[in-house]
Amino acid sequence: MAILIDENTKVLIQGITGSFGGRHAKLSLDYGTQVVAGVTPGKGGQTFEDKVPVFDTVSQAVAETGATASAIFVPPAFAADAILESVDAGVDLVVAITEGIPVMDMMRVKEAMKGSKSRLIGPNCPGVVTPGRGEKSQGGCRIGIAPGYIHQRGNVGVVSRSGTLTYEAVYQLTTLGYGQSTCVGIGGDPINGTSHLDVLKMFNDDPETEAIIMIGEIGGNAEAEAARWAKDHCNKPICGFIAGATAPPGRRMGHAGAIVGGDEDTAQAKKKILAECGIAVAETPSDMATTLLKHWGK
Amino acid sequence: MNIHEYQAKQLFDQYSVPSPQGKVAATPEEAAAAAEEFAGAKLVIKAQVHAGGRGKGHFKNGFQGGVHLIDSPAQAAEFAGKMLNETLVTVQTGEAGRLVRKVMVAEAVDISHEYYLSILLDRATCRPVIVASTEGGMSIEDVAHDTPEKIIRQHVHPLLGLQAYEIRKLAAALGLSGDLAKQFGKLLKNLYKLFISCDCSMVEINPLVTTPDGRVLGLAAKFGFDHHALYRHPEIVAMREPEEEDPREVAASEYDLNYIGLDGNIACLVNGAGLAMATMDIIKHYGGEPANFLDVGGGASKEQVAAAFKIILGDQAVKGILINIFGGIMDCNVIAEGVVAAAKETGLPLPLVIRLEGNNVEAGKATLAASGLNIVTAGSMADGAQKIVEAVS
Repeated sequence: MAILIDENTKVLIQGITGSFGGRHAKLSLDYGTQVVAGVTPGKGGQTFEDKVPVFDTVSQAVAETGATASAIFVPPAFAADAILESVDAGVDLVVAITEGIPVMDMMRVKEAMKGSKSRLIGPNCPGVVTPGRGEKSQGGCRIGIAPGYIHQRGNVGVVSRSGTLTYEAVYQLTTLGYGQSTCVGIGGDPINGTSHLDVLKMFNDDPETEAIIMIGEIGGNAEAEAARWAKDHCNKPICGFIAGATAPPGRRMGHAGAIVGGDEDTAQAKKKILAECGIAVAETPSDMATTLLKHWGK
Repeated sequence: MNIHEYQAKQLFDQYSVPSPQGKVAATPEEAAAAAEEFAGAKLVIKAQVHAGGRGKGHFKNGFQGGVHLIDSPAQAAEFAGKMLNETLVTVQTGEAGRLVRKVMVAEAVDISHEYYLSILLDRATCRPVIVASTEGGMSIEDVAHDTPEKIIRQHVHPLLGLQAYEIRKLAAALGLSGDLAKQFGKLLKNLYKLFISCDCSMVEINPLVTTPDGRVLGLAAKFGFDHHALYRHPEIVAMREPEEEDPREVAASEYDLNYIGLDGNIACLVNGAGLAMATMDIIKHYGGEPANFLDVGGGASKEQVAAAFKIILGDQAVKGILINIFGGIMDCNVIAEGVVAAAKETGLPLPLVIRLEGNNVEAGKATLAASGLNIVTAGSMADGAQKIVEAVS
């Protein structure tokens, strides 16, 4: 089952002819992901890596290849337009990897997407991985920039605002012999398409997912919102980790969204809410997998 | 980035947000000329630095206060002479103080009532929100805490923009009527235009005042800009003054590194913002104090790692370094080569612990081992944090 994507998902990549997009398109192909199309305006007719056709528009790519998911690797100034183009073409899942999109652009995109059938993940995120069942999780669906080889197919769902912390959690799980159903990086920006809560609900409904790691950080109240829902509705064990306990107030810690604005934005406040909602809180980032396993009774 | 009071006034003028008349001066002569221009009005002269507490601050030359009332062009020149190119120390600058390069001569207005007005982005609703209060001139956090009913919020539709009825609602809630309500409406409309046009993350007027002669003016303003949108605002980038910023942060930004200086003595160098925050946290967890936040990004080059290393070593408080890299896609050997090159160049005067994991990690570890440098390797984040805390204690 997994969530959002699986080995049959057909993926198109916006910005496939750029160095960043191209590099990760190749890594996804190597992983076994069905990358069926690329889109770069003005470069339609080219072929990527001798097998992936490049189109001028997302609509053409969808019509020709049946792609249902897109990955956005276009530069920040053009990313809002690229997201809306995918939405217009009826793509089910739009994963925006691009970092540095102006927040006003995202505010308008978020409003414009209301009522559409597309789901946006990101921006400023590592993407989504549903690991495959082959050697080093080959054969899975990898949309974005996560390292495929650290995964293993299994029953833990991972959701996080941070890329490298997601990898850290995945690596800990895999090393201990526990695989993942799907790993979702929702991104570090203040406005994103999909929240912790959205992903928790999907994991809760997914029979393959038996336990969940939720990684958050300072800024906003998304983790608290998810935890309060989980308290009454989620019947699966959850481990939580919140980064930024030592972050000074008012400073933006790398991620545009990682800033302590008020009393409820702090790591301490969030950890307290998570614990009150029955989530096992990992004390350090080194303990994410072990804390989950203990809570899970493994 | 922060901007000066006089630059905020320039933005207000450009967008027709009324504020007291004023002029910036870089010499005593310019200050006198400005005072001459506004003759007849009660005037104030203010040192321009990116720090609060100016009024109660002192100059290193002994002159007291960075804000003074003045009654003549001659006095404007005299006070400007005592402030310009002198160092002002306030509660916010620390002992080092800040060099005053400019002063502002402005009208000191009489106040009938002080209000609070700001526009910022509300993350929960993904919309701009206007926050207003009749309790101006004090910390809005205190007002929100003590008298939450006195905080008025109005969300604005991101695509429709600010509507006339929303302005009327706010004016009425603030108790403004007649001509004052009309002036307030115009000011708010223009302030919203400024907020959107300049890609602000926040614009705050505290206090917004009404005057006995029937004006509505923004007296003091604070701006926050979305740094991801600065590429389309060269006029705002031009307002940046690197001299007012932490030199380590300025150096880091030249190499596209995310660096924030802190007060501890264990420096860290990490890839990824979340992992960088978590690394600071785990240092603290094991009893150490992080000296900085430093994210070299997901695709750091050898040059960036070397630059990051030098910025860390430039901080005199640093007594040890923890490098924590999860090289998912990033080649661990590239990191290792960057570290070795920088360590050799600087002679590695401090204990260095490296935790390296991920892509091509064996080659990276071999590079470190072959370097002959005194580098301690760690098997996990916890192991690395414990080792560096021990090394500096």
